[in-house]
Amino acid sequence: MIPLLATILAFELIGEIASRAFDLPMPGPVIGMVLLLGAFRLWPALLDRLRPVGQGLLAHLSLFFVPAGVGIVAHLGLLRDYGVAMVVAIAVSTVLALAAGALAFTAVARLTGNAEEDEEAP
Amino acid sequence: MRADPALIWAYLTQGPLLWLVATLTAYALGDACFRATGRQSWANPVLIAVALLGGLLIGTGTDYSTYFQGAQFVHFMLGPATVCLAIPMADNLPRMRRAVLPIAAGLVAGSLVAVVSALAIARGFGLPQDALASLAPKSTTAPVAIGISERLGGLPTVTAMLVLMTGVFGAIVVTPLFNLLGLRDWRARGLAVGTAAHGIGTARALQVNPTAGAFAGIGMGLNAVLTALIAPLVMRLFE
Repeated sequence: MIPLLATILAFELIGEIASRAFDLPMPGPVIGMVLLLGAFRLWPALLDRLRPVGQGLLAHLSLFFVPAGVGIVAHLGLLRDYGVAMVVAIAVSTVLALAAGALAFTAVARLTGNAEEDEEAP
Repeated sequence: MRADPALIWAYLTQGPLLWLVATLTAYALGDACFRATGRQSWANPVLIAVALLGGLLIGTGTDYSTYFQGAQFVHFMLGPATVCLAIPMADNLPRMRRAVLPIAAGLVAGSLVAVVSALAIARGFGLPQDALASLAPKSTTAPVAIGISERLGGLPTVTAMLVLMTGVFGAIVVTPLFNLLGLRDWRARGLAVGTAAHGIGTARALQVNPTAGAFAGIGMGLNAVLTALIAPLVMRLFE
């Protein structure tokens, strides 16, 4: 358990160092994720060793967003002034972006003969 | 001789323990509601927990920085959890390699539409320039969005709030929207929600289907880079 956690945190640490040292647009954890993906290629056994801890963390991914979310209480005044505009902008643009992303994916998948038949949503 | 409850309360509100317990309990309640409704997307556990904790902070007159001293331990786990997204990605690597072109198309379309449409609507409502800059990176993961917002002249804390609203809204709307559109490819659904609604959308995708979760992780990671590149260019159109 502890060596596995240390491994995961070490990848995040290397990612943070790389992000700052090379002034990259990606944040440390995202670079750590890419590096870990590379490490799985070099050492496939690592994937199975990390899987229980990793899946445990990912099962509760939503929880980790709660503290940042509560930050909304610090901006109630701003919401009063611009709340309607912001909510409309976010709602409409998120629906449009979801539809555009998924439709572009399926259109190109069909054009390149990459449509998925084996496993579909209900 | 009993201690004054007000003193105990004063002691607890200044330490991390109370707010750590409150955060975990609020999330457990939110998750229980989510399960009780048969995992309906509108019963989003993040939304419920944020509403409960926000009400508690306002009700007890506690400021956010005091709360965050306790909640930072939970917040910290975002980093290692993001690193762990490599696991579902590694499991889906062969399928991703086969779908490089659809991924690129979905990513570019989703990312551009997210930035351009949000700015166009906000501009239409007459929001000031710093609010537009705060809004531009709302579909990317919070740490990246804050960095982009700062570079564009936005307000980092406002960006954090907008990023969260986007994630929660995306996680709630994604399943009904795609069912309505008749989109049945888990890869497309996952990639789109990771691109449009970052980690919270990815968390929702992981709850629904592992393939969708892996593609959402890809969408979130790649969109963090893409938005950093395109947001400054799109902002120029709105100056």
